[in-house]
Amino acid sequence: MSEPLRHSGEPLSHSGESLLRIERLSLALPEGADRRYAVDDVSYDLGAGEILCIVGESGSGKSMTANAVMGLLPTGVHASQGRALFDGQDLLAMNEISHRALRGRRIGMIFQEPMTALNPLMRVGEQIAEVFEAHGLLTAKARKERALALLEEVRLPNPQAALRAYPFELSGGQRQRVMIAMALALEPELLVADEPTTALDVTTQAQILHLVKDLQQRRGMAVMFITHDFGVVAEIADRVCVMREGKIVEMGSAREVLDSPQHEYTRALIEAIPGDAVPPSRDEAPAKPLLAVKGLDKVYRSSGGWFQPKREVVALDTIDFTLDKGETLGVVGESGSGKSTLGRCIVGLNTPDSGEIRLNGVDLRALEGRELREHRRRIQMVFQDPYASLNPRIRVGMAIAQGPIANGVNKAQAMKQARDLLATVGLDASAAERYPHEFSGGQRQRIGIARALALNPELIVADEAVSALDVSIQAQVLKLLDDLKKELDLSLLFITHDLRVAAQICDRLIVMQKGKIVEHGSARQIFLSPQHAYTRELLAAIPGRAPHAEPTEAVAI
Amino acid sequence: MPYVSLILGRVFKAVIVLLAILVFNFFLIHAAPGDPAAVMAGEAGATDQQFLEDLRERFGLDQSLPVQLWRYMSGVLQLDFGYSYRQQMPVLDLILDRLPATLLLTGAAFVISLAFGILAGTLAAMRAKRPSGSVIMGLSLLFYATPLYWVAMMAVLVFSVMLDWLPAYGYSTVGAGYTGLTHVGDVAVHLILPALTLGLFFMAVYTRMTRTSMLSVSQQDFVKTARAKGLAPGVIQRRHILRNALLPIITLAGLQAGQMVGGAVLTETVFAWPGIGRLMYEALMQRDYNLLLGIFFFCALLVILFNMLTDVIYRLADPRIKEAT
Repeated sequence: MSEPLRHSGEPLSHSGESLLRIERLSLALPEGADRRYAVDDVSYDLGAGEILCIVGESGSGKSMTANAVMGLLPTGVHASQGRALFDGQDLLAMNEISHRALRGRRIGMIFQEPMTALNPLMRVGEQIAEVFEAHGLLTAKARKERALALLEEVRLPNPQAALRAYPFELSGGQRQRVMIAMALALEPELLVADEPTTALDVTTQAQILHLVKDLQQRRGMAVMFITHDFGVVAEIADRVCVMREGKIVEMGSAREVLDSPQHEYTRALIEAIPGDAVPPSRDEAPAKPLLAVKGLDKVYRSSGGWFQPKREVVALDTIDFTLDKGETLGVVGESGSGKSTLGRCIVGLNTPDSGEIRLNGVDLRALEGRELREHRRRIQMVFQDPYASLNPRIRVGMAIAQGPIANGVNKAQAMKQARDLLATVGLDASAAERYPHEFSGGQRQRIGIARALALNPELIVADEAVSALDVSIQAQVLKLLDDLKKELDLSLLFITHDLRVAAQICDRLIVMQKGKIVEHGSARQIFLSPQHAYTRELLAAIPGRAPHAEPTEAVAI
Repeated sequence: MPYVSLILGRVFKAVIVLLAILVFNFFLIHAAPGDPAAVMAGEAGATDQQFLEDLRERFGLDQSLPVQLWRYMSGVLQLDFGYSYRQQMPVLDLILDRLPATLLLTGAAFVISLAFGILAGTLAAMRAKRPSGSVIMGLSLLFYATPLYWVAMMAVLVFSVMLDWLPAYGYSTVGAGYTGLTHVGDVAVHLILPALTLGLFFMAVYTRMTRTSMLSVSQQDFVKTARAKGLAPGVIQRRHILRNALLPIITLAGLQAGQMVGGAVLTETVFAWPGIGRLMYEALMQRDYNLLLGIFFFCALLVILFNMLTDVIYRLADPRIKEAT
């Protein structure tokens, strides 16, 4: 391979000594994997007090080196060559007991999924105190005091209560703060952060990035920050290492890599983030409303039981909007904003408490039976998780044909149509005979789109349809949706938490917060002059939106 | 006080369920073929029609079903479960007389199966890839698949007949007249074989379930977090994996506990254990309606009690459940 490799052999530009040195490391995958090495002949240095971002898409092997450093490699994966020197000691040659002594104490780690990374049955305080216990430090009382101090340091609201809380009582961002408190408890010299903000809302992500950077600077820690998102890189990295299929394709300072990427793969990844890009203004053709939603309300009530108080969550609060024919309307908001409930109400998967949903002037909520089925056919949904939304035991062709068959099309014709649709979404027609597990995430999402198209809908509701996909795949699926929309004269209701994605595809935007629409307008107008404080906050939180600004500049917490 | 209101609600529902069970059982048992008066008369050697009528009148069997039901239900509400025609004793006295022996047997089996099952399952999970783990799983499969009565007979054959270590049957040594600690020891020796026999099946179930549950929990993210802290493997197994893995075991243990009264018929018969199970069997053969209904009632009562207890324990074990009902 003659990949342009910058800085690989050169001494560190940074003044610090190398704390972690990865030397020609290869990690072998078990027999039968799709490639031989998860990580193939990889070398890099990480200096004390430095933030190194390892960037790559899923399957690039970006997390594997970190797992090797922690001694947490999955079973079957082993180092076949090379060394991982931490402060001069080879972590790979070390026995388990000495490695364990380093874990938590000199090397801390935080993970991607704050929802599952904490033990659900233990109080937060106990879980933090456990770090001290693991290394035989402090008395029980002192551990508790330190845990409290740590929760204050990661700026958890009401740390005293958080100490006694169970993980399920905290939000995702709060749990990630707890994880950070835990990883930092013993003031490690190296922090390994494996996609720590990927599962978080954009404003929470900005806060966590700010926190990590702040703590890193105060403590002079080295940080190995693994991410797929160049926006995050722009926010936080000193140096960047881009990985693809187990190999390093490019390495250099953050400024160099972001400003003048040498490798085409890096360029493609960077192009996938719009940065300061503003959606173009689109011509306002005389529009005919297709969907009109008026005064839609939905409150989730937990039943509470005979003697227990009821709990209410307002998911939709008098939602009004219209969607014109041929238009792509984006619904943007963070988790809990009610955007998914809105989509589900329109498709008919949830029942709103009150309000109207008119399609071509007909109120869907007043319809029943055959009429309702006929109208419901015109609104189809593309779901978020391409892995969970297809029945694993039904062949792809049948999965697509089932809708038309249920609507009275004969089977042979429906299957033929399914094969045509697979071609339309860019797959081979022979895919109809295969099962969902034989396809990648991007391909499955194409199948999901074909399934939605099978009923000749007029409106497609796409609920976070590209969130689970890698950025390069995301761009392809977005383009497909946009093309199909034009070809088939569809309208699109595009629900997303990601303003960058919304900017790429939407004509108009609705910004939702806590069940209410706080702002609506053309996408361009909202990006250029957001009126509502929450919209401004969302826009400011987009990582890497101003890659040339000083990286210390972050959102106020 | 969420627990108090929760338990009050459950008790209220439980009372309704119990009443429904009483009525249902009453009709079910009267729908079964066979006439208790005829059985009694037959055993007494009498074929006289007048004698039959007298018997029916004496025990209220000549009344219409609704009247019989009314009499029965109003009796139960005053803790009067009727009179056993066959045993010539009040039903409640009969049951209370036999209940301790059954609870002792099933309780001991419960504790044995739970303790050894979880222990063996934990070992099997920790040694999942070693031969010792496979040996544990092989044994548990054997106990899981072997019929109870066969295990019981083999146990008697080996440990009583051939080795003469343990008594083959009974609750205590007949005619020995032991008192105090000697009596306790005597009963304990008699308890070993039946309790082990009864517990083996569930022990095997718990072993398999604990192992599966632990292996699946050990794949979860928070276990990786625990390892990243530098915790020792033993602490991770106990505090993080086992604790989470036990949640499904609680559900199953609640089911087993519910069978404590009625689940030992076979074992009690083989080992001549003077418990409810045998009483029930005899009552069934003799069409002793009142006694049968009384035993059914106590079975249902225990199932409901242990279901409630399981719910409470589940809430204590898993803080996430407090929110939902």
